[in-house]
Amino acid sequence: MYRYDTYDQTLVDERVTQFRDQMDRHLAGRLGEDEFRPLRLQNGLYIQKHAPMLRIAVPYGMLGSHQLRRLAAITRRYDRGYGHFSTRQNLQLNWPALEDVPAILAELAEVQMHAIQTSGNCIRNTTSDQFAGIAADEVEDPRPWCELIRQWSTLHPEFAFLPRKFKIAVSGAAKDRAAIQVHDIGLRLWRDRDGEVRVKVLAGGGLGRTPMIGDVVREDLPWQHLLTYLEACVRVYNQFGRRDNKFKARIKILVKALGIEEFQRRVEAEWAHLKDGPQTLTPAAVMAARGHFLEPERRPVGDTAIADFERLRAENRAFARFVTNNVTDHRVPGYKAVTLSLKRREHAPGDVTADQMEAVADLADRFSFGEIRVTHEQNLVLSDVPVDDLETLWRELDALGMGNPTVGTLNDIICCPGGDFCSLANAVSIPIAQSLQERFEDLDFLYDLGPLDLNISGCMNACGHHHVGHIGILGVDKKGEEYYQVSLGGNSTDDASLGKILGPSFFREDVPDVIDKVLGVYVAQRHEDERFLDTYRRIGLKPFKERVYAK
Amino acid sequence: MPNDNAPDQQLEHARTLIKMGRPEKDEWAVSRDEHAMPSRRPVIVPFTLWQQCPREEGLAPWLSSDTELDDTLTAMLSAAPLVAIDFPAFTDGRGYTLARLLRERYGYGGEVRAIGDVLIDQLFYMTRCGFDALALREDQQLEDALHALGAFSVSYQPAVDVGEAIFERRLREKGHA
Repeated sequence: MYRYDTYDQTLVDERVTQFRDQMDRHLAGRLGEDEFRPLRLQNGLYIQKHAPMLRIAVPYGMLGSHQLRRLAAITRRYDRGYGHFSTRQNLQLNWPALEDVPAILAELAEVQMHAIQTSGNCIRNTTSDQFAGIAADEVEDPRPWCELIRQWSTLHPEFAFLPRKFKIAVSGAAKDRAAIQVHDIGLRLWRDRDGEVRVKVLAGGGLGRTPMIGDVVREDLPWQHLLTYLEACVRVYNQFGRRDNKFKARIKILVKALGIEEFQRRVEAEWAHLKDGPQTLTPAAVMAARGHFLEPERRPVGDTAIADFERLRAENRAFARFVTNNVTDHRVPGYKAVTLSLKRREHAPGDVTADQMEAVADLADRFSFGEIRVTHEQNLVLSDVPVDDLETLWRELDALGMGNPTVGTLNDIICCPGGDFCSLANAVSIPIAQSLQERFEDLDFLYDLGPLDLNISGCMNACGHHHVGHIGILGVDKKGEEYYQVSLGGNSTDDASLGKILGPSFFREDVPDVIDKVLGVYVAQRHEDERFLDTYRRIGLKPFKERVYAK
Repeated sequence: MPNDNAPDQQLEHARTLIKMGRPEKDEWAVSRDEHAMPSRRPVIVPFTLWQQCPREEGLAPWLSSDTELDDTLTAMLSAAPLVAIDFPAFTDGRGYTLARLLRERYGYGGEVRAIGDVLIDQLFYMTRCGFDALALREDQQLEDALHALGAFSVSYQPAVDVGEAIFERRLREKGHA
């Protein structure tokens, strides 16, 4: 993974000093709350319902075991011994004290981490595919490009006060696992006939209050121009994005208002000036970035070991369930990627305790070259596990409560912190997730349902990405009462779509019954092996609606 | 009918001006009135007012943050003793783009001054984008401001102050090593 040099280290160290000074001036009354707010947000610090919240950047979801240990120590020392992985691959602390934040940032800087631009109206953490570098369907490892984007966007002097937040996602595989169509800018790396990397650039996707699928700005950008082109896109947005209404300030509204052709024209006109300028990438620059993501020295795994693994899988039903759901194929024979489930009824989705962080760090050292990835589904991944270690790893994960064989099922709920923590939320979301996990915990039933994304957001800011859940649940507030709106048919992958609202919203206690009825319609109407999403797309909203609202 | 002369007591005077990194006594006042020309000189007036007498001594324009620069407009600006860019709120980031375009695209070599809601925690970015004169909002402390200007000794991106991206700098230094 990426290792800092003296420039990177100097920059994060100076950032800590700068923020400490800003915090001091704020506490001394020389920097008012209104002026301090954007500064603290751009260092990840929110003021929440009960306490401040600190969002720590995990660039494109990559973590080293030493970093995870430090995060564990920080949660013990400054928080309540746990953290929350978000849908943008970051880690959130829910209970730090305001005055401690500079010290936390200093501790993070010691392990090459920070909270820079994890909030605020600026370019946020770039997200990517959790299987980057190991996926069998990958055409180009997105991580070096993400790192180049990270550096370009970090403390960018022109783009610190955009009309609104700005999120970039990058995918380099045949299958999109980074939800690039619902980001402000989505980038897809592909190769042309000569084997050269090209970039498909999408703009104007996003969730929130006005969910939209991104439009194509450029199909075939040569890789050399990635940064200058991004600069042109963001510059057009900075100049012309709306600033009079924060609900209409995202780039998607600009793209919609101008039309994609006019947006494209402005970007291309701007880019004509920036093209071939000082941010043009060179083969040497890309090679240097790739040099941070070298193949680990994998020991060879023999055919016998692979055969043993297959035999064990055939013999042990519990192990087989784990492998089917939580283990992903690897480009290298004899290796697998293992997804650690952070979804258990006892905890909020994405929550992980300090003890678990340390245990995962140890497992990463023993089984996966000391690296961990955070997924946008709020799970963790060990990306390089030899098959002859899988059984041991599985047993240890089970003991840690992280071996739930339910990744990708209804039980693998994506959920924002909701009204229990967030001051923006209209309604709680974690208790909804827990009630559903409790109701639908029978593994045979879950497997029979097949792949099913269920997403919950506590308000229309959509941090739980409910618009792109096959089933989406949104907390709404009506005259001070919490209600839940259910939508069906959303999807964040290649054939992205936005969910349609089923109908009038429900009381909290009725949500499990409603979901049960929705699933009942699917089970009754599906064709053999048809996914929930496909059945929905075939039969439409009506049969679900009729069943759920039947008198 | 607007007055021919805006009352001079409505003019803004920066208490603290930082020019090229140093505090400097500020001679220029700023007038916000779109219609009336103040009698005081030197004075910075809205661009629309200034363009009626662009050659007049002691008169300079300020650009609103929604200005769209083009060749005609910037050709006019080349005659100005200084160009000010207004920050109606410090969270309005359009001024950064305007300054960069003035410097990098249109090659404006005179003073580019930040006026309006100019706060110390934005000065570093302003300087990087080509502002060489910073007229601080009245309540800002000079000492804190000078300190904030030196917040960072490294930058990842090229801008007006640095012509080279960090990846180029690394390669160059490696080549020399």
